[in-house]
Amino acid sequence: MAKTLPKTDVVIVGVGWAGGIIASELTKSGLNVVGLERGKERKTEDYYMVHDELRYSMRYEMMQDLSKETITFRSNENIRALPMRQYGSFLLGDGLGGSGVHWNGQTYRFLPYDFQMRSMTTERYGKNKIPEGMTIRDWGITYDELEPYYDKFEKMAGISGEENPLGGKRSNPYPTPPMKKTPSMQMFAEATKKLNLNPYMMPAANLSENYTNPDGVARAACQYCGYCERYGCEYGAKADPVVTVIPVANKTGKFQIRTHSNVRRILHKGGKATGVMYIDVTTGEEIIQPADIVVVTSYVFNNVRLLLMSELGKPYDPASGQGVIGANYAYQVIKGSAVGFFEEKQFNNFAGAGSLGISIDDYNGDNFDHSNLNFLHGGVIALSQTGARPIQNNPVPSGTAAWGAEFKKKSLHYANRTLSIGAQGSSMAFKHHFLDLDPTYKDAFGDPLMRITFDFEDQDRELAKFLAERCSEIMKEMGASHVDYLKELGPYEIMTYQSTHNTGGVIMGAEPGTSAINNFSQMWDADNVFVVGASSFPQNAGYNPTGTVGALAYRAAEGILKYREKGGLLV
Amino acid sequence: MEDSSSGPDSGQVHDSSRRKFLVNSGYVLGTLAVGGVISSLFGCAKDGEDNADSSAPADDNKEAAAPNYNRALMYFTQAQFRIVEAATERIFPEDESGPGAKKLGVAFFIDHQLAGDWGFNGRDYMNPPFFAGEKEQGYQGRLKRRELFDIGLRELDNYSQTTHGKGFAELEPDQQDAALKAFETEEVKLTTISAGSFFKMLRSATLEGVYSDPLYGGNLNMEGWRMRNYPGSQMSYLNIIEKDFTKIEPSSLQAHLASH
Repeated sequence: MAKTLPKTDVVIVGVGWAGGIIASELTKSGLNVVGLERGKERKTEDYYMVHDELRYSMRYEMMQDLSKETITFRSNENIRALPMRQYGSFLLGDGLGGSGVHWNGQTYRFLPYDFQMRSMTTERYGKNKIPEGMTIRDWGITYDELEPYYDKFEKMAGISGEENPLGGKRSNPYPTPPMKKTPSMQMFAEATKKLNLNPYMMPAANLSENYTNPDGVARAACQYCGYCERYGCEYGAKADPVVTVIPVANKTGKFQIRTHSNVRRILHKGGKATGVMYIDVTTGEEIIQPADIVVVTSYVFNNVRLLLMSELGKPYDPASGQGVIGANYAYQVIKGSAVGFFEEKQFNNFAGAGSLGISIDDYNGDNFDHSNLNFLHGGVIALSQTGARPIQNNPVPSGTAAWGAEFKKKSLHYANRTLSIGAQGSSMAFKHHFLDLDPTYKDAFGDPLMRITFDFEDQDRELAKFLAERCSEIMKEMGASHVDYLKELGPYEIMTYQSTHNTGGVIMGAEPGTSAINNFSQMWDADNVFVVGASSFPQNAGYNPTGTVGALAYRAAEGILKYREKGGLLV
Repeated sequence: MEDSSSGPDSGQVHDSSRRKFLVNSGYVLGTLAVGGVISSLFGCAKDGEDNADSSAPADDNKEAAAPNYNRALMYFTQAQFRIVEAATERIFPEDESGPGAKKLGVAFFIDHQLAGDWGFNGRDYMNPPFFAGEKEQGYQGRLKRRELFDIGLRELDNYSQTTHGKGFAELEPDQQDAALKAFETEEVKLTTISAGSFFKMLRSATLEGVYSDPLYGGNLNMEGWRMRNYPGSQMSYLNIIEKDFTKIEPSSLQAHLASH
């Protein structure tokens, strides 16, 4: 039988950015918090041998072990979903700090348009602009309402940057100045200005200078070593939960982290959670942790999966469009990019940082007129210099042989003569894109895997083509001798890495019925359950999600404290 | 069968330390007479150790002669090893810019990888049931990478025997290229595995062996990195990040171990 532990005020499922922020805010206010993390403990000292592309990038050192748990995927409801047996399209985090440890640190704020997409689109173009089956929604919160929480996240993490000329209004400048500008970023700045676009330095969690945050956490400046994405930072220069919020929570003496603790069910009775059941994976023991409040902060897939397995909230039914848990799964359209080859110039492509880059938002959100375009939204376009590691970066002009003498010659020649401009295309929600429990495949505990039903739509094909053309114009203006860019977006496939910006499944909204949580991330159907993460995005913006997830986590923490005082639904 | 792994490749490491010894002891290459001594110093003689310069300090000489113990096999048979060495050399051949896969030790790298987690698909989801899926759903087979290599290498050899009456390793380079091409394009139809997928795996494993840290057995002496001006593992690029292209001598993880 399961062992039952003494009750705690709050139990948090998954200790990454969202879990770490909430733990830090709640323990500072005197609450007792238990953090359950299925993976292992992590610390900066783990990364002395981190500059190892094979181990971290190719063998996925820091990622979830797929032999124990994966997802299944199908393009549509007419085919059988099959497991993602090996990594490809996206990577799943694991361990203390979660994906917040091996991210690049690109910390954008979403545009005001993102939060009111349905109403603002209808207002400007009429309701017929939104095609049949596209289920985009307003968030039930505006940019201005979320702004103070963005500010809080940026100050905690020490985000380096400069004001986005086309972004929402800021109450404060970034806490640290922008990162250094490399020659290729300089070229991008000049080219985009010539094209009457509005470049700005990419907001970075890599720290442009030494910084002490409001909690008193001091961190050192980034060394531009070129190992961020898929890697931990040996300097603690890249903001991650392990070097920022988790130590703050620990210092209160009120935070108890239990690693190797895999939560399998949220326990509930009469519309209220009573705690969680988890497995100590080192012993196999089943343990019940009772709590007044349950906070679900694992990644998108496990947030949804845990609710469905716990039978909490109404599961989404794609046939009727009724129900919410699993609805509005969205992704990103990342392939609309351009690669430029420079015969006359070489760059220090090997050096860089995860969010060292320069961006434009002229083709993001509704910053450009969509009247004559067959798609909505857009994406941020950026040139970034993240460190071109040699196994994964062997660009050659189209038409070059993929192996042999010619490939060797050209891949060596262009290793430091290639630049790329990427776009993070937004992704709209559709009625037939959703998450549910797989009927066949199980994880190591015998629980069903999460099943993804998703494919690219006409919207995505038009968007990718448009963004690729814009990227290629900029690259030509930068003086590339040869430019390759996407001509046509194929079907979505699970094998090629694209983006770990999966979203939706437990979406936020102004009223129950069409959303699962309110704008404090509180569940409509269980007021002492808060579900925090990119799972709450009704559709995906054209940016990296972490800045917004951080802001939502700060707001959820405030909501939990309010709930602790007066109870009931906060909205 | 001859052991190809004890050939010229194993000389690479002590070659370079002997060069260093020469420089350190004030010799200049061009002034040395060509003969027994010089040929042994550069690994040309079959049995060079006895001919070593008698003026060399005994300790240095002993250190220089230390073999690369990493160069032995954990998984492949020697016949398989020879096919992998020949095939990866065609994928990443030696040319005027520097060594190819063979000299870089790529076949040793692949052998060592297949002996571990990667070869056993240790961190992949390998649970049944298995169904042939759509191509967008990725690999759905039940075979592990080491089994795919066993089958792929055998089929590559069978194909070479059928078309040329010789094993793959014995073919001329352009015949080897044609055989690999036939696999890449799936002109060769196999019953158990996809010839194209096998080639893809061989190609990506080759690049991994060329460019991973030398600790894994490939990228000998960081020559893979040096050819493309990749500086390997550096602690900081703060001084050059705003500058134009800067050539930096590579460093490996071994240097990190020393610096901490």
